[in-house]
Amino acid sequence: MTLLQLDGISKSFGALTVADDITFSVSEGEALGIIGPNGAGKSTLFNLITGTIGADKGSIRFLGEDVTRVSPMQRCLSGIGRTFQIPQPFEKLTVFENLLVAGAFGQQRGEREVASECAEILVETGLIAEANKPAGSLSLLQRKRLELARALATKPKLLLLDEIAGGLTEGECAVLVETIRAVHRRGVTVIWIEHVLHALNSVVDHLLVLHFGRVLGLGAPQDMMNSQEVREIYLGMEV
Amino acid sequence: MNIIDTLVQGILLGGLYALFAAGLSIVFGIMRLVNLAHGDLIIFAAFAILTITSMFGLNPFVSALIAAPLMFAAGWLLQYFLLNRTLGKDILPPLLVTFGLSIIIQNGLLEGFAADSRRVPLGSLEAATIPLGAVNIGVMPLLTFLSAIVVIVGLNTLIYRAPIGRAFRATSDDPVTAGLMGIRPQRIFATATGLAMVVVTVAALYLGTRANFDPSAGPSRLIYAFEAVIIGGLGSLWGTLAGGVVLGVAQTIGATINPEWQILAGHIAFLAVLAFKPRGFFPRAVD
Repeated sequence: MTLLQLDGISKSFGALTVADDITFSVSEGEALGIIGPNGAGKSTLFNLITGTIGADKGSIRFLGEDVTRVSPMQRCLSGIGRTFQIPQPFEKLTVFENLLVAGAFGQQRGEREVASECAEILVETGLIAEANKPAGSLSLLQRKRLELARALATKPKLLLLDEIAGGLTEGECAVLVETIRAVHRRGVTVIWIEHVLHALNSVVDHLLVLHFGRVLGLGAPQDMMNSQEVREIYLGMEV
Repeated sequence: MNIIDTLVQGILLGGLYALFAAGLSIVFGIMRLVNLAHGDLIIFAAFAILTITSMFGLNPFVSALIAAPLMFAAGWLLQYFLLNRTLGKDILPPLLVTFGLSIIIQNGLLEGFAADSRRVPLGSLEAATIPLGAVNIGVMPLLTFLSAIVVIVGLNTLIYRAPIGRAFRATSDDPVTAGLMGIRPQRIFATATGLAMVVVTVAALYLGTRANFDPSAGPSRLIYAFEAVIIGGLGSLWGTLAGGVVLGVAQTIGATINPEWQILAGHIAFLAVLAFKPRGFFPRAVD
């Protein structure tokens, strides 16, 4: 079943086109990777899907419903969660409070009902020892984990990951990938923007290549990586 | 013994200033909104309590209970439909809009109630005192101070322990991300201002029963509130109580030396704190 369907989505800021007639769909339970050079419009695409910026043209359907003009808050409630490339925790709240707020408001349930769920997520993401620290005091790896944990607390059906492995050491990255794989295995659909290709390719079923706001290709990771066009544009390789 | 009496009166007066300041502090703390109409809203609430009291012949405390939800609603609507539109990177629009609001409230009250000085009648409680050794403590000043403590404890519990308080802090931190977590920032802000208006109603109850007020009395209340917030340190509610007490004690000491010096002494104390401890006594660690 199709979970997310983008149809001819376009967006420009003045003369700069950041999304150009983007069409693709994601099935339930799928893991889709998005790659593309810096400035290709990858994060913008997430902003369009979560609704923090509105599309100029085209439509976005989630779970069969047209959400193109729906507020970010409503899209969160219907099951879209995201992490940010530059972690944006609520710095003055503790780690646990970050999850409580996301859990209670993101699922429209009482804090007591979501508290144990939030604690489990903290265990799963390796943050339980940090639970009562202010989020502003965390290291980069911990902030990235908190991004993931907080998105999970809203119980997303679709999880958007924005360069969550960037800036991490090899070992840190491996642990995070394991966590993401476990989340995906539970049935959460994942769209993952990433430059760390070996991490990405170990999880995703399909790869979408973006270039100057356009979809350059969509297919199996191996096919995409071997495509001459992709190698030239994205990897800058002469083939 | 006279000095003890002065100190006690000053400390209790500080409770009133802390009540003025607490509402201002919440609105600033959560929305970074400097509400220049805060003093006028206190006077507006005092007139509301006066009207309910005289219209239905109720006890002012009961009138305040009736006025509080009405003020909450007024604050909610004011924030949702007007002040939310002024929030953004630029700090000027909220200042201009609340300044305009201040003028509108003052003139509206002048139109409705004339320029006469009013007072909310309280009967025998007005002059009631509790003798405590050499000092006589007024019942109303004592109640004011205790109410300030209850308000501060209540607000702190709400902000740091309750779900809505976590939403206040999360939204204050980052409204866009809060939206992605299922929070409606506009409504959270509206609720915060509604809450501040409930505190304003409590402040108005004690202002209106212990002193005369008229439609133009708002701005000077705003200044006391500002001074208390800044002496105490931005962002700390207990700080506003400390700030109120410093202001109150300075004023009563000034008044004992020369009655004309009451207000001046308070402002001088404020200036001294600003000169030597510009971040106030209890600045919040982070920020």
